[in-house]
Amino acid sequence: MSNGTQFDPPATGESLSATDMDWSPDQGGHITGADLATASQWKLMWWKFRKHRLAMISGVIVLAIYFVALFADFIAPADPNATHPRYTYAPPQSIGLFVEGQGFQPHVTGYKVEVDPVAIRRVFTADEEQIVPIGFFVRSEPYRMLGLIEMERKLIGPKEPGQPFYLLGADRLGRDMLSRILHGARVSMSIGLVGVAVSLGLGVLLGGISGYYGGWVDDAVQRLIELLKAIPTIPLWMGLAAAIPAAWSPLAVYFVITVLISLIGWTSLAREVRGRFLSMKNDDFVIAAKLDRASELRVIVRHMAPSFVSHIIATLTLAIPAMILAETALSFLGIGLRPPVVSWGVLLQEAQNVRAVATAPWLLMPGLAVVIAVLSLNFLGDGLRDAADPYSE
Amino acid sequence: MLMRYVIKRLLYMVPTLLLISLVSFAIVQLPPGDFLDSYIATLEAGGGDISAREVELLRQRYALDGNVVTQYFVWIGNVLQGDFGWSFQYQRPVSDVLWGRVGLTFLISLASMIFVYMVAFPIGIYSAVRKYSLGDYTFTFLGFLGLAIPNFLLALVLMYVSLTVFGQSVGGLFSPEFQDAPWSWAKLVDLLAHLWIPVIIIGTASTAGLIRVMRANLLDELNKPYVETARAKGLSEGRLLLRYPVRLALNPFVSQVGWELPALISGAAITSIVLNLPTTGPVLLTALKSQDMYLAGSFILILSVLTVIGTLISDLLLAWLDPRISYE
Amino acid sequence: MTAMDGTLQDKSPNAADPVLEVRGLSTHFALRQGVLKAVENISFTVKRGKTLCIVGESGSGKSVAARSILQIVPSPGKIVSGQMVLHRRRGSTIDLAALDPRSAKMRAVRGARISMIFQEPMSSLSPVHKIGFQIEESLVLHTNLDKPARRKRVLELLRQVEISEPEAAADRYPFEYSGGMRQRAMIAMALACEPDVLIADEPTTALDVTTQAEILDLIARLQADHGMGVMFITHDMGVVAEIADEVCVMFRGKVVEQGPVDNIFHAPEHPYTRMLIGTARKLEARAEAKPPFRAGASILMVEGLTKTFEKRTGFIRKTTVRTEAVKSASFTLRDGETLGIVGESGSGKTTLGQMILRTVEPTAGKVLYHGRAGGAVDVTALNREGMRDIYGDIRMVFQDPHNSLNPRMTVEQIIAEPLRNSGWSSSDSHARVKELLDLVGLPAQVMERYPHAFSGGQRQRIGIARALAPEPRIIVADEATSALDVSLRAQVLELLLSIQKRMSLSFLFISHDISVIRYFCDRVAVMRQGEIVEIGEVDQVCTTPQHGYTKALLSAVPHPNPRARRLATRHRYKTERTET
Repeated sequence: MSNGTQFDPPATGESLSATDMDWSPDQGGHITGADLATASQWKLMWWKFRKHRLAMISGVIVLAIYFVALFADFIAPADPNATHPRYTYAPPQSIGLFVEGQGFQPHVTGYKVEVDPVAIRRVFTADEEQIVPIGFFVRSEPYRMLGLIEMERKLIGPKEPGQPFYLLGADRLGRDMLSRILHGARVSMSIGLVGVAVSLGLGVLLGGISGYYGGWVDDAVQRLIELLKAIPTIPLWMGLAAAIPAAWSPLAVYFVITVLISLIGWTSLAREVRGRFLSMKNDDFVIAAKLDRASELRVIVRHMAPSFVSHIIATLTLAIPAMILAETALSFLGIGLRPPVVSWGVLLQEAQNVRAVATAPWLLMPGLAVVIAVLSLNFLGDGLRDAADPYSE
Repeated sequence: MLMRYVIKRLLYMVPTLLLISLVSFAIVQLPPGDFLDSYIATLEAGGGDISAREVELLRQRYALDGNVVTQYFVWIGNVLQGDFGWSFQYQRPVSDVLWGRVGLTFLISLASMIFVYMVAFPIGIYSAVRKYSLGDYTFTFLGFLGLAIPNFLLALVLMYVSLTVFGQSVGGLFSPEFQDAPWSWAKLVDLLAHLWIPVIIIGTASTAGLIRVMRANLLDELNKPYVETARAKGLSEGRLLLRYPVRLALNPFVSQVGWELPALISGAAITSIVLNLPTTGPVLLTALKSQDMYLAGSFILILSVLTVIGTLISDLLLAWLDPRISYE
Repeated sequence: MTAMDGTLQDKSPNAADPVLEVRGLSTHFALRQGVLKAVENISFTVKRGKTLCIVGESGSGKSVAARSILQIVPSPGKIVSGQMVLHRRRGSTIDLAALDPRSAKMRAVRGARISMIFQEPMSSLSPVHKIGFQIEESLVLHTNLDKPARRKRVLELLRQVEISEPEAAADRYPFEYSGGMRQRAMIAMALACEPDVLIADEPTTALDVTTQAEILDLIARLQADHGMGVMFITHDMGVVAEIADEVCVMFRGKVVEQGPVDNIFHAPEHPYTRMLIGTARKLEARAEAKPPFRAGASILMVEGLTKTFEKRTGFIRKTTVRTEAVKSASFTLRDGETLGIVGESGSGKTTLGQMILRTVEPTAGKVLYHGRAGGAVDVTALNREGMRDIYGDIRMVFQDPHNSLNPRMTVEQIIAEPLRNSGWSSSDSHARVKELLDLVGLPAQVMERYPHAFSGGQRQRIGIARALAPEPRIIVADEATSALDVSLRAQVLELLLSIQKRMSLSFLFISHDISVIRYFCDRVAVMRQGEIVEIGEVDQVCTTPQHGYTKALLSAVPHPNPRARRLATRHRYKTERTET
């Protein structure tokens, strides 16, 4: 780390022996010594994180998912709860770019419906005659984006409202899967964030208390954590979630489920905080801060916190996917969020019956969304964790 | 030293078990009204009837008129004698429904555990020793993927694939002819033939996690000075690897059993629901949905208690592996 | 040691035959940013029954050189050229550099013909295997002995390295051994197959000086018994002078000078060698720059300071184990005086220093501080607010320059922290930081840099600047120079001396190194097992020590003059400690 970056004050003549042999690869490749010398921890972390290419890509994907979730109203082509019995289990359409005779005209095709006499069910085939022109910023039913801004346009959709537009197919009630997945991202991704926020509160509070006071308080908190970790979570969650009265509003259920999930999730965070706190409490630079007349608050906030904030961010990022998976599992079982709330887990309920899946495999698409979200969050968290301590190696 | 450690660990279990029983009892108590009310309501809805005398007997047996504390002690007292209460859904004592299913749950979880460790151990070593090789990257990526796919989704996909590609449904633990047959050699073989699908589904995420644990620990150990000592002694690389760093990396690897067991049981519960296995999962879910609370509470109690015991065993195993632990 | 002197005089033709000849050895590390030439074209010879010392500071490549011989250089290190000829007992020779590192031939050499012992006795043994097993393993690998014979040999080896009750000791785990015992076990392991060459990589650096003396004795005695060649790697010129026959001085991967120990010490040619010897010699006496000791008024009085650590063990029946880290220590520090506190690990010297600033709470006793306003306050009775005042007057310099500076703050923020907390304006403190940097010999433009941009010595200067910032009266320096290389150590001591001259400062200087204390202090308190066994003026304590332990401590310090070796005639203090 210090090769080539140290300077030799001529007066002291340390040049003779000052070079420590250094095995570690340098921090930033092309970063010059002068930059490195004055680089703050965040800059060093960024340099280190930047080298983790997969984490960088995942970071972009995660940001994109949250962006889509935020503006789902606008991006989703249809109302996620609008039913169209005509299009029950309509398969995904593909986008064509040219129409014979009209030249460039992005479009999808409509459906021809036949009844399969053997299976006694409707079979959809693409009807090449029926052209549904599509475009950007098309007119739609009026809605309020984020519940605030009045809008009458959607990002993408059929130019004439009401025509079939199912890029990812339709479900049992002819609802647009794409729109449902995009709206589901809101609930599923936000449960991760809210859950992590609750976990953070509990984890930092209890972990901090545990690490700071030590003694029997520490013992008690540690026992509690061990206890929570020793109980199989899904049966416990099932038990607690099933106790939520059916009459509660979806919002109340959402919060209770989130709290339930984070009740288990805070433990790893508390351990992390406590571990860091304990190991740092006796670090020389923390004692030095105390001897520099810093108040207790200043020691914690100015001297200790900056060293573990990065670790906490990394741990939090890694906790989000676990929460998303927990919500998905509970909702899938029918004891988490319930319709009309749209979350990826709720959507997957539709796929519970393997026969339904066989007819309409696109019912599994929300699962793909879960996998992509969880995968990118894990890669991102991994990269953050590697970069969290830029002074190691 | 070791004996003292065993006693200490056993005593540590007491508060844990107490808390588990409290949580389970709370779950039993959570729905409004006592269970007899819902029992009667269900029976009446189904056109059945229950005599006032029967109600009174049950009321006394579970001290339903006493306060919550009395009820808890009566309940836990009954549980300790093997009486877990009455399942109105099955119209049988809970213990009749419980044990066979719990047994199969643990069988599946244990089989998954064995699978997980057998797969994760060699791959973890390989990934650490051949750090940043193509194989390492592949396993790392597969591991991340395994962590990202929920059990039930994997089960669904597998069922879908087997239904559409092979035209047959996977699910269940037994072929129809063995479903209700008494245990026999043939039934066991049939079970094993069915077992591998849930085992793989349940084990994927844990395997992925454990590979990473093994890899990280071994990488740590590979740089320790005692490895250099052993190398300077003239040990061959292979023997050196297994005898020293792997031996030490084994400790945190084994201690992971305590965390993996709850995860596997969780996974088994949800996978069983999708695959419709005759284990605790589906019954627990229906019991919860129909508020058959003694059954649900008992399942949660038994699963948790057995998990704690499993953790204890893994801790003792660890103490035996690492002499420093019992010395502390 | 008498045995060793014997080998010195015994010039029988066989004894001084070369056993290992290294010619033009280069070991390079291909790193991303270029090739690191850790060892570049070095040559030396190890002779049977003789000791070759490779000396150099950190980063000189001496450890890589040692590992190259056994071909156990950590990846991506590679031997790129050179020969390493091993002369076996029956007269045949083998070039180790030509062997594949993983080949059976190379493995047959490791641990059998050439053995190695390492610096960290704590971590160089596997923590989960019994000592006996780890020693026996060498025998399994390199001999045909059967199990009972191997066991017999293990016990014999343990006896040879003076481990008491070898039967029981063989079945213990390393964590049940003390540092010295572990190093003995390592030596037993290395000697199991009676090697021709023993490579010792700083084997005593992590040990106390009295333990070091015993281990050096042991190696010398075993060398005389077995007639092996010893390649001893060290940074300590004193150790070199005590044990070496030949010396090789390494600097930045190259051998800058080599020759018989007497030539190296008494007619050094290379400036680097001269600097090393000069620094070591300098620390043999009181600093010339030191003004003669004048007794001022007392500024800090420590009375009966005691610290008892309680550790609760057991689960059912709690038993409390009490360790008295410091037992009723009393001394007085006078204005402008430098008081040294010397002791080995576990002597309680660090705890004593910590109690004065109450980073560790004393169990009993008083610390009376005479403030600027006059009148004494008992520091141990103060509340948090009261302590804040004390923290401006009594400051601390820490041992580890890497851990004592917050890596997330700039140099200016670090040095200005005590000023900021005392209500200085930022422009005032900026000017003051500049002044302080100048005082410790660093240019003002380093202010906005972070600690990671500095070497160990420079960091220690920053730590000193921070300590000086609020114009303190007393500085408690705990092993402030121990983490530094010899040359840096001398420079930091010079710096402290010059600062003391300019400002009226009293030092409480805690160190395990009596030569640093003698160089820098006016008076010294010798601590052993929590007690101050002797206190007095440095010259008097060092020349006519009263207490047996002080005598032992002083005489165990290697003397950087090969013509006046003193370890052989050192005073041995009978301790109650059974294990070393």
